[in-house]
Amino acid sequence: MITISLTHYVVLSTILFTIGLFGVLTKKNAISVLICIELMLNAVNINLIAFSKFITPNDFIGQIFAIFVITVAAAEVGVGLAILIAIYRNKLSVNIDEFDWLKW
Amino acid sequence: METSIYSVLAFYVLAAIILGSAVMVVSMRNIVHSVLFLAICFIGMAGLFLLLDAAYLAVIQVLVYAGAVCIMIIFGVMLIQRTDMKHSNLFNRQTFLAGGVVALTLAVCGFFAGTTAWADLAANTPVPEDSLGQIGQLLLSKYVIPFEVAALLLLVALVGAIVLAKEVKANDND
Repeated sequence: MITISLTHYVVLSTILFTIGLFGVLTKKNAISVLICIELMLNAVNINLIAFSKFITPNDFIGQIFAIFVITVAAAEVGVGLAILIAIYRNKLSVNIDEFDWLKW
Repeated sequence: METSIYSVLAFYVLAAIILGSAVMVVSMRNIVHSVLFLAICFIGMAGLFLLLDAAYLAVIQVLVYAGAVCIMIIFGVMLIQRTDMKHSNLFNRQTFLAGGVVALTLAVCGFFAGTTAWADLAANTPVPEDSLGQIGQLLLSKYVIPFEVAALLLLVALVGAIVLAKEVKANDND
């Protein structure tokens, strides 16, 4: 009998995390880097909830952590977009390669 | 624990939807299409949470991610992009280097995910039926301090976003 074990979920979230990581490393547009960070955070959420179901089903630790991860992700998108809008007003570009004020 | 053939089938269908739309998010050249596929990916993930007996998180996933976050990103795109949308989401020059890093990460994480004996850790008890009630109880008793800190974080993020987005208008008045 085929069953879905914890390994399936961990492998799925690993693949999703690496897709997000690839996007973060290769995208030119800063908004799309934010989008790919969301993908990575979601991969972590799948992991947390799968561990919560398979290992500590009565404590709900993983689910509560996932709620906090969702909160932080929403705050991150809001502040990230506000920063990008502020940068766009000064620089008229959202190309990450052109953000070089901190270069020495 | 999951013996039904339907849940196995549902897992593979949802995994295909999630991974397919995640690949489309990264590979699309138009950023609006990317965000569209991101919403599909989030809704697929809500289905996966339902499979994992986390009904509350599935609802929150649709509400916060597919609703709020995607709409907010679309608004950001509309406020920022003024050139043509067709080439708004291109790759930079590091694609091959990043591919190497990502392949290495996938190999290491996949190896450990595949070889760890997860079955030894499994509790083999089902998730309680009333998960939402228990999460609510835990959030307001054992985890009340993190809960309040999260509320504070959202307030700070709200104020910070307003201040950051307003910044240039204040300079115009000088």
